[in-house]
Amino acid sequence: MTQVLGEVSQSWTAKCDQSKSEAFLNSLDPRVRFVSCVLFAFLISAMHDLGALTLALGIGVGLSLSARLPLWTTVRKVLVVDSFIVVLLLTLPFTMPGETAFTLLGWDASLEGLYRAAEVGLKANAILFSLMGLLGIMEPSVLGHALYRLKVPVKLVHLFLFTVRYIDVFYKEYKTMRMAMKARGFYPKTDLHTLRSIGYLIGMMLVRSLERSDRIMEAMKCRGFDGRFHILNDMKASQRDFIFGGAVSIIMIGLLVVEYL
Amino acid sequence: MHIVDGALSNPVLIGGGVLAAAGVAYSLKKLEPEDLPRVGVLSAVFFVVSLIHVPLGFSSVHLILNGLLGIILGWAAFPALAVALLLQAIFFGFGGLTVLGVNAVNIAFPAVMVFYLCRWGLSAERYKLAKLAADGLFAVFFIVSVWAGFALFEAYQVEGATWRVSVNGISLALFAMVMIGGYVLYRRGILSVAGFWGFLGGSLSIFFTAIMVAISLALSGDEFAKAAEFVIVAHFPVMAVEGILTAATIQLITKVKPELIHAVR
Repeated sequence: MTQVLGEVSQSWTAKCDQSKSEAFLNSLDPRVRFVSCVLFAFLISAMHDLGALTLALGIGVGLSLSARLPLWTTVRKVLVVDSFIVVLLLTLPFTMPGETAFTLLGWDASLEGLYRAAEVGLKANAILFSLMGLLGIMEPSVLGHALYRLKVPVKLVHLFLFTVRYIDVFYKEYKTMRMAMKARGFYPKTDLHTLRSIGYLIGMMLVRSLERSDRIMEAMKCRGFDGRFHILNDMKASQRDFIFGGAVSIIMIGLLVVEYL
Repeated sequence: MHIVDGALSNPVLIGGGVLAAAGVAYSLKKLEPEDLPRVGVLSAVFFVVSLIHVPLGFSSVHLILNGLLGIILGWAAFPALAVALLLQAIFFGFGGLTVLGVNAVNIAFPAVMVFYLCRWGLSAERYKLAKLAADGLFAVFFIVSVWAGFALFEAYQVEGATWRVSVNGISLALFAMVMIGGYVLYRRGILSVAGFWGFLGGSLSIFFTAIMVAISLALSGDEFAKAAEFVIVAHFPVMAVEGILTAATIQLITKVKPELIHAVR
């Protein structure tokens, strides 16, 4: 549906065999997937034991594998996200006081700091993998419907659906305007001219978006909009969803056991 | 800018989640169903804008523009940003699910602050007052920078003529530099009065965001205290970039479609 989000989500799934045999995870009820992903993420972020966290990372990778994410795009994705935390991980051993593990250029790296860095890195990756496996391949609009069925405030769901619907439209418009700038010899540099040009570009996008939103509102009123959206997709949990939910809760209890024993 | 999963402690995560939920609930209550398409479409624009990279020296920064978002959307910036962050977390892997609340508060709260601090300066009716306040603010920044200069010089003396100044001292000096830079642009006629207030909004919101990120890191443990100080310093180039961009955008809007500023009640 949306190309900007879909580029990512589609490239994560294997394209060829999608019609024949859908990944098992993708056939589950979106609500079950969303709730188990959120619970799993919060459980992981509350854990501290390295063994339990490694296990959680393993489960996350397992989920990603069973969602049939293609290998290299996923690895690239993970590397991009990990590059954000690499600075934090590298400085942690040196900023945390404690027993000295080794000394680098006169800076003492503490054992506690190394432990903490490993903990943060494991947590971030375990959550990322389970997120990619459970939700990364979901259609954004389906996620919106799932949120609605989970009793998220209806205005927020509408906002979500509107945003998802129009991201693609404005991304195309952005690309068109950039093309027009390029045709006139615009090349981004670090100077006032670049900043001002991009600022004008954003301003133009805002102006057009406001005009478009007024047209949308008129079209909606014309079709009898009374402040409510009717979401037709009624989700039913089947037996396999209950089995999956049970399996997730058993895994989470297992992780808690490893954490505290 | 984004804090990833795993770094923050549980009390900070819970506190951020509660604050974000309260902010979203309050602004949804204020939001009329009539305005939903406007907020939704603007929030889509801001999602696209956050994908734009601006070159900065050898690397590039991606835009947040929470100042512009706050000026245009006001309180509606809260749900708009929460939605955008949820989409980014799920489909790009940036940020994360557990830190969603903290990230939303860190980015949306400065946007709302800027709405109250800077939006009045954009209106044509208060042109005179806005102009006067701009000059007054410059005086304040000038005094701050002189004071920062003295503080730096004093630190230089005390430490036996070696440069051992605190990271926070550097932050203060850089803050004054960015603000004076904005005022110089305004004085040279590159920015209009509304543009100057847009500059203030764009740069201050990033500054507040950096401070709030630093606070949430520092609250999570002493081991992040150093990282928190560096987060603030690292945000000054972003502050300048976003300030000028916001100023340019506001200048265009005030000329082309002034009613856009008051699009959402």
